[in-house]
This record gives sequence, C-alpha cells and structure tokens, in this order.
Amino acid sequence: MALTGLFLILFLVVHCYVNAMIFWNDGGEKFTEAAHFMGTNVVIRITEIGLFAFLILHIVQGLKLWAKNRSGRSVRYEVSAGNATSKWYSRSMGILGTLILLFLVIHISAFWAPNRASQTMGNGELDLYGMMRDTFQNPIIVVIYLFGCISLAWHLVHGFYSAFQTLGLATNRYKGMIKAVGVGFSIIVPIIFALMPIAFFFHWIG
Amino acid sequence: MPLNSKIPAGELAEKWEKYKSTCKLVNPANKRQLEVIVIGTGLAGASAAASLGELGYKVKTFCFQDSPRRAHSIAAQGGINAAKNYQNDGDSTYRLFYDTVKGGDYRAREANVYRLASVSANIIDQCVAQGVPFAREYGGLLSNRSFGGTQVQRTFYAAGQTGQQLLIGAYQALERQVALGNVKQYSRHEMLDIVMVEGKARGVIVRNLVTGELERHFGHAVLLCSGGYGNVFYLSTNAMGSNVTAAWKAHKKGAFFGNPCFTQIHPTCIPVSGDHQSKLTLMSESLRNDGRIWVPKKQGDTRKANEIPEEERDYYLERRYPAFGNLVPRDVASRAAKERCDAGYGVGASKQAVYLDYASAIERYGKIEANKQGLANADKATIIALGKDVVKEKYGNLFEMYEKITGENPYEVPMRIYPAVHYTMGGIWVDYELQTTVPGLYALGEANFSDHGANRLGASALMQGLADGYFVIPYTLGNNLADDIRTKAIPTDHPAFVAAENEVRERINRLMSIKGTESVESFHKRLGKIMWDKCGMARNAQGLKEAIEEIKALRKEFWSNVRIPGEINEHNPELDKANRVADFLELGELMCIDALNRNESCGGHFREEYQTEDGEALRQDEGYMYVAAWEYKGESQYELHKEDLIYDVVHPTQRSYK
Amino acid sequence: MEHYNMNLTLKVWKQKNRNEKGRFETYQVKNISSEMSFLEMFDVLNEQLIAEGKEPIAFDHDCREGICGMCSMYINGRAHGPWHHTTTCQLHMREYKDGDTIVVEPWRANAFPVIKDLVVDREAFDRIIQAGGYVSVNTGNAVDANAIPIEKHEADESFASAACIGCGACVAACPNASAMLFVSAKVSHLAMLPQGDPERKTRVTNMIQQMDKEGFGSCTNIGACEAECPKGISLENIARLNREYIGSMTAGGSQNSI
Repeated sequence: MALTGLFLILFLVVHCYVNAMIFWNDGGEKFTEAAHFMGTNVVIRITEIGLFAFLILHIVQGLKLWAKNRSGRSVRYEVSAGNATSKWYSRSMGILGTLILLFLVIHISAFWAPNRASQTMGNGELDLYGMMRDTFQNPIIVVIYLFGCISLAWHLVHGFYSAFQTLGLATNRYKGMIKAVGVGFSIIVPIIFALMPIAFFFHWIG
Repeated sequence: MPLNSKIPAGELAEKWEKYKSTCKLVNPANKRQLEVIVIGTGLAGASAAASLGELGYKVKTFCFQDSPRRAHSIAAQGGINAAKNYQNDGDSTYRLFYDTVKGGDYRAREANVYRLASVSANIIDQCVAQGVPFAREYGGLLSNRSFGGTQVQRTFYAAGQTGQQLLIGAYQALERQVALGNVKQYSRHEMLDIVMVEGKARGVIVRNLVTGELERHFGHAVLLCSGGYGNVFYLSTNAMGSNVTAAWKAHKKGAFFGNPCFTQIHPTCIPVSGDHQSKLTLMSESLRNDGRIWVPKKQGDTRKANEIPEEERDYYLERRYPAFGNLVPRDVASRAAKERCDAGYGVGASKQAVYLDYASAIERYGKIEANKQGLANADKATIIALGKDVVKEKYGNLFEMYEKITGENPYEVPMRIYPAVHYTMGGIWVDYELQTTVPGLYALGEANFSDHGANRLGASALMQGLADGYFVIPYTLGNNLADDIRTKAIPTDHPAFVAAENEVRERINRLMSIKGTESVESFHKRLGKIMWDKCGMARNAQGLKEAIEEIKALRKEFWSNVRIPGEINEHNPELDKANRVADFLELGELMCIDALNRNESCGGHFREEYQTEDGEALRQDEGYMYVAAWEYKGESQYELHKEDLIYDVVHPTQRSYK
Repeated sequence: MEHYNMNLTLKVWKQKNRNEKGRFETYQVKNISSEMSFLEMFDVLNEQLIAEGKEPIAFDHDCREGICGMCSMYINGRAHGPWHHTTTCQLHMREYKDGDTIVVEPWRANAFPVIKDLVVDREAFDRIIQAGGYVSVNTGNAVDANAIPIEKHEADESFASAACIGCGACVAACPNASAMLFVSAKVSHLAMLPQGDPERKTRVTNMIQQMDKEGFGSCTNIGACEAECPKGISLENIARLNREYIGSMTAGGSQNSI
C-alpha cells in the first residue's frame, strides 16, 4: 500500500503542477503545451501505463487488506471507541478510497478517456482546456469534483503519514515533520485541484 | 526418618565447586529419554525448564495462568541482588552470603546461602545475554542501587519492573525450547496431585482449567516451582491465583514442610481501604532509599500531613535505628510501623498507616539538579520543580500507581503505607540438591524453604528463583537422574496413575456436591482474618491455640456449607478457587502449629513472649536453631522433624541495625 | 478525595464456551464504593450472583497490580476502560457516578477465541514469541554482564519496548484486530540491544509470518493500539519493526534457523 500510495502521491504532484498551468489565465496556452508533452512523450506514456498498474494494484491491495482486516474480528463490539482512540479518517480509508475511485471513473471518462481515444483513432489530441471550461459550467459536476477533492484530502491526511510509517521512516525524530508535511500536502494539493472547477465555474479564468 | 541435608563436606567456599566437579552426569543420548515435569513457570520454573530443555531433557511445563509469562515473579519491582562489586564498595560473595544469613536471622542453611551468593553474578551475566534491559549509567555500564538490610549497592534493576524483565527473559528462553520441541507447555492447567510409583514421584494429575478434564502426565522427576503461599492470609501482595495447592499435595504425599510459619510482612504497601479489598499492592522497597517514614508525635493527630510542622513529626526508624535508618530489614520496619499504629499514632482514615514522605528527597534532588544546571540562587519553587522531575525519573511508575489506587498525588502529599503479607520464607523442605523428602520430587524458588531463613532481604527472591532454575537444578537433577537412565517411561494407565486420578476426581465431586450457602471467597476471607489477627505480624501462644481451633471449625464448615456454582467439566474459576482454599484451610493450621512450636522470635516470626526490652525480636538459639520440617500424618496430624542448623563460618549474634 | 457510593447497571457478555453463541446479560449492583477497583466491583457482583444461586461471570485476572497482563475487559468501548496507561485491574470506580450503565465485553478478535464470558485465549501471543522472540543463548554461555557497554539511551529505549505486558489490548483496540504493536515491541526490544543483533533478521521475518498465520488483521497505522496500551508502547516500535522487516528482506533474512 505504502509504495503504490507514494507513487500515486508523486503522480498527484505532477498532475497538479501541469493542471495548475491553467491559472496563468492565458487562454490555456501553457497548459495545452504541458498537456501535449504529457500526452505524447514516450517516457511519460510508458509511465502512464505504470500509473494505471499502480492504481489498480493500490486498489487490489486495499481490497485485500480490507477483507483480511474484516475477517480478523467476526463478532463486532457492541460499543466502539469511536474517536476516543483514533481519527475517523484513519479508520475510513476504504470508504474514502472508494469515493475517490468513483470520482476517478467520472473524471477519467470526462477527460482522459476521450482524449486517448481520439489519439488512438488518429484524430489527434482534444482541446482539453476547452473541455474543462465547458464541463465545469455544470454546477453538479463542480460539486462532484469538490467532493472528490475533499475525499482525497482526508485520504491523504492519513495516507501520507501512514506510507512513511509503513516504510519504517516515521521515527521519533522525523515523525512530527512527516505529519506536518503530510497535512500541508493534504490541504494544498486538493485545494489547488478544487480551485480548477471553481475558477472555471465563476469565470475567474476564461 | 532422619533428615539428611546432603551438604557436601569441605570448606564452605568450595562445597559447590566440589559438588559440580564430582556429581554424576547423564550423557546427551540418555537425557533425551528422561522426562521432567515442571509445575509453575515463574522465575524458578521457567529458568529450570528452559535450562533443562537446552540440556536435552524432555520437559513438560504446567501453569494455571493463560501463559507462562503471567507468573507472579513478574510483579517484583525493586531489583535483584548479585555480588558483582561493580561499585567497588566492598561487596563480595562472602558479604552477600553474610548479609543474607544475618538478614534471615540465622535460620538459613549456610551452604545453600553461600551457593546462592556465589552463582548470583552468573545470573546477571545470563540475563544480560538474554536481552534483559537493566538500568545503565551514561557510560553504558550497569547501574546499581541499595536495598534494605545492606550497606553496599548490589541491586541490579530495570526501573520498577525488574521482576517483569527477568521473567520475560526466562519466558523467552522457555519459548525457544518450546519452539525447538524440547519443552511442551501446558497453560491453564493446575496440578492436583503427585503420582507415586514405588516410593518415587513419577508423575502428576493435572486439571485442564478450560475443559475441566483431568489428565495424567508421567515424568522421571517432578519439579515444584509453584511459588509461595502468602494468600493463606487472603489479603497479600500475591496474585489472586497464587496458591499452595501443588506444594500441599506434595506435602500430603510425603514431602516435609519446612518452617511454614516464616512469613514476610512487607513494610511498604498501600493500606487497606475497605472491606471490598481483594488484594494489597506493594510499593517497592526502593522507595525507602529516598523516602522518610514518620508519624505525628501526638497521638490521634487529625491534622493533614502537610499541616504538621517538622518538629512535631516522629521519624521513628531514624530515631530507633540511626545506623540503618529507613533502610532496616523488612521485618524490623514492618514491626516498627505496627508498633506506632498500635500505640495510637497511625494516620489516615483507618489509622492503620504511616507516612512515607518524599518532600525532603524532592528538595535534596532539586538542589543537586539546580547546582548541575548552574542555577546559583534558585528559588524554592524552582528547586521543588527540579526535584520532582528527578524523583519522577527514578520512581515515576510507582508514584503513578499510588495515585491511581488512592486518588492522591504523592508528589504533593506524603504516601500512606502499611505492612502487608508479601513472601513466605517457609516452604517444602529440600536438601542441598533441592530434592524433597520424596525421591524424584524437587522444589525450587519460593516453593522451597531453603535460603532466606526467617526473613528475606529485598531483591533476593528473584536471585534465588533464578539461581535454583538456571544454575543449581541442572547439576543436581542430573546427579540423581543418572541412576534412572534405565527406567522406561511408565505408561499412564499404571494403577498408581489411575488411583491418583480417582482420588482427585472424588475430591472434586465431593466439593461440588456440598451445595451449601456460603461462597468460597467468604471462607477465604474468614481464614485470612484468623491468620492475620493471630498468626500475622505478632503472635502469641494463646492466640495461636485459638487460631488452630478456629481454623479446624472453619474447615469443617467449609466442607459442609461451601457453595460452588457451575459444573465440573467447564471453565469454572469458582471450583478452581475452592480447590485452593480447601488446601489453605489445612495449611493455615500447620502454620499456627509451627508458630506455636517455635518459642522464640526470629526474623518475620515475632512471638510477643520473646522480645527485648525495646521490643526487638529475641532469638532462642539454645532450643530453636533448627529447621522445623513437618511430616503429614493425616488430618491435623503432623510430626516434627528437626534439621539442626550448624554455623561453621558465621557466628550468630543478636541482629542489630542500630 | 471524597469517597462515595453508587448504584450501577452492568451489561456484560455471557458466553458458555468457545462454540456456543454469546449474548449480553444485564445486572444491577448497589452500594459500590468509589474506592474499589473495577475488578473488585466485579467481585461484589459475583458474590451477589452466587448468593442468588446464579452463575458468576468468568473473567481473567491475576496480579491486580497492572503488570501480569492477565486482565482483559473491553469497557464501554475501551480496552481496559477509559483511563490512560491503565489496566482494568487498576481502573478505579471513582471514574463512575451513581446511575451509570457500563457495557463490558471480552477482547474480540478471531485470533483470541472466547473461552467463557470475558475470558479469551491468547496463546497466539506465545506462539509468536516461539517463532523468534528471544535471544538464542543457552544457560552458562554468557560473558560478563559489563563486557558489552550499551549506550544508556539505547538501553532505555529497549526497556520502554520491553515494558509490554502481552495483555492483548492493542489487538482488542485495533479496528483491524492487528497484533502489530505487540510484535513490534518484542522486535524493537531485542533489535536495540547488541545481544539481539545476530538474529534480528530471522527474528522479524519469522515473527511476522507467525502473526499472519494466527489470523490477526494487518496494521493500517490507525493508532488505536498506542492510545489504549496500558504500558505506553509507542507507534515508533511499529516503524522500527517495518524497518527491520524491510531490512531483512533486502538482506535475505532466512526463515529456517531457530
């Protein structure tokens, strides 16, 4: 979980960086340039396959873990500790992950899939910037994206620190720093993502 | 039968060396054919089972707890003595031997104690090699502290959890042997009888406490490592499950019981808070290193401790024993506390308590710390705060425990303490080889009577348990089993096994069929009260005679009116308890008989008729320099055998800690 | 501290044995003193049940001073009850007030099957230790105790890990019923000492393998174990265990030596 998770975190950084190009508010010029690079560079395309493999692996591992951990206790407690001994999001990684997965299905079928389909059929890349601008005029889609970002944020608050703990790197010395960076990351990245549909919706960028 | 203690001839210091170099050995191939049963898995049992497993014997261990790691050795807090002389303060094997014999008020066997002192250093080496995390100094070497009854620093410790760490070390060694297949481990099993074949102990009947089934197990030898019997007093610092049953069954099968009345009352326990009390909690004796014990000078003083000015406090231990002060041996400290409380100077709601005060230690440490930090004119508040930090580091876990139990903060108000039953020096009589009067049956650790005389020094119980298990029994058992290599394993359908099992079954059936009205717990409490009042910290002939009659009557009542709910063939803690209390009801009587027989005061045994003018214990070396070994002859019938104690090296004197 | 008495309602898990299904029973206890320990309150209840001709509640307990690790109640959703760094036997009734209802359950984990009522079988822990939680040193093999100096800080850290009492509260508290804190405490205790060094790779591999075999859940770093551990064993131990485990894989820790 930790290795695949960290890889996905790296992906988020890249994805966030590329998409943040829209905030230049230059009609999507810089963004399209970056998207073109990402969509056509051979190395990136191969890595993309790896990304999907890791995503699927992350999901499979997660499901296996969930199944194993559920089978660790067949008779459940009548009264549970609730938040007295742990954080709700730490206990809810499976649900948060499922929400993110649902969001991803919508997200991929809205942007990535049509684009790659068009490329594969030899019709070239689509105007992703334009698609974003159009798609995010629908308030329902904007709300779905916001939910996706919130789920991601909570998933990351636990996941970021947890990955380091699983790799044995969260020693007393670095634990505080890892937690702080993790929380910072979990707030900043989803906010940047969330700002994209919001900015289009409110026509802050055009 | 004359008692033969089998002490090897020769100079005291050479006896054990000589024994080891001349004892018989069993070759490795034969060891694999020899089966050994170990009852109890505390320090003595776990260390013995692990060591014998390593040697190649086929070992089975039994404990009534859910894991060997729960044994009550785990609760020992303060430390373990060893004559390492790492502190260069004049310690030596001889001095540890001498302190132990003197501390035991000259009622221990010289040869055994000397052997104990001489293997003490190996114990520390062994434990460190196992990964026991003893406290260390900044230089990386082991740290020591002082303990009651000695003037050197020879106590090794792991914060306030020394027993836990040593037991875990022995437990891990044991589990390793289980993994290797040399030891088979049975948890939640209680030994209910010894099986005798042709005059030798050849097996045991145990009850599986989960299913209630009885099982038969054969062994060429049986080792009793079942601990002490302090729970005969109901309230003690022992674990709730600690019991005499295994030892008592052995006694009834012919093992003599040595000095049953020698009980240690520990001076620093948290006082009783009410009738609901189920056990007493010890506060490590190491607290006496820094704490000062006092009561108000005025009788029945009702002021709060902090409101009583310095000049109106009686630091009675420092007053009576200037040389040792608060570090006098346990029996002396306990009696002094009782004396003050009986005279009406006790504190707290019950008036059965004295203060253990850390205010001056906090101030003293605070000043040292301020000095270290270069604070020239630190104000009082700073000093106190610094001092509290130091005390917290040294005794934090104990202070925390005190606060949990009493709800009072010991950093602010003095702790209240009172003596409580803690350890039994008496136990199954054994010879130098730790063999009982029953051939093939051995007793180790607190279960035997051997090394502490009439009073045990602090931090010596752990030492003895591990000495017996790691370093003594591997030699002495081999010496005896060497003659047994031709004995084939006896099948457990042998008539002796069948008969023993039937006897056990019959007794359980009898208990369950009483169906009376009073709970086991209630009988146990009543027995405890008789014992504490009449065979406790102070005893007299009149009281002991009464106690014997009262116990007999109580036993009769028990067997006609006890109520045990549940069934035989299931997990039934009430039945387990009933089995144990039934044995305590017999042991209690023997303890009183022994106390009545011993017309002297020595160590933990204080007969009011025998005391000096200022209330110190007065030994009668003329008539009582012997081990009283009692033989069971039928209900209430005990025959006294005497093993004379011969002091070749130490010359008994009146103990003085003044 | 003011003392007071209280009446309580107890909802306690009753289960005849491993195979039969359990259920909750409700009991009333009266005049419980605030000075009692939680287990003494149970003693009072059991005495009352025996007097009424009913069957008392089976529960594990032994030393009653917070060190043996035998007591094991899950009280109102909390392993060993609500007090921090405290076993059930050290929990005292001044925590509660008149009229309170307390729900008491056994440790629940498939690796800890119920034996009766609140008593569970924790032999899985013994088997994990058997898999490697020791230093292989036979009696008599030791060198002088001061032959190998150990840095005080390391020794203290090792001691902090060795303070584990094996009660199983970590498993009980973990939403995944994972035994990771227990295993990590033992691995850490020995990994931080030079004496434990030669076997550190096989130890961690074998202990983890045994842990998985026993049917405990996996660690997802939720942290409830640390919050409920009566001896304050920290998550740092789990990080160390993970390090040791990764280290053993990269360096080819074998699984066959004991």
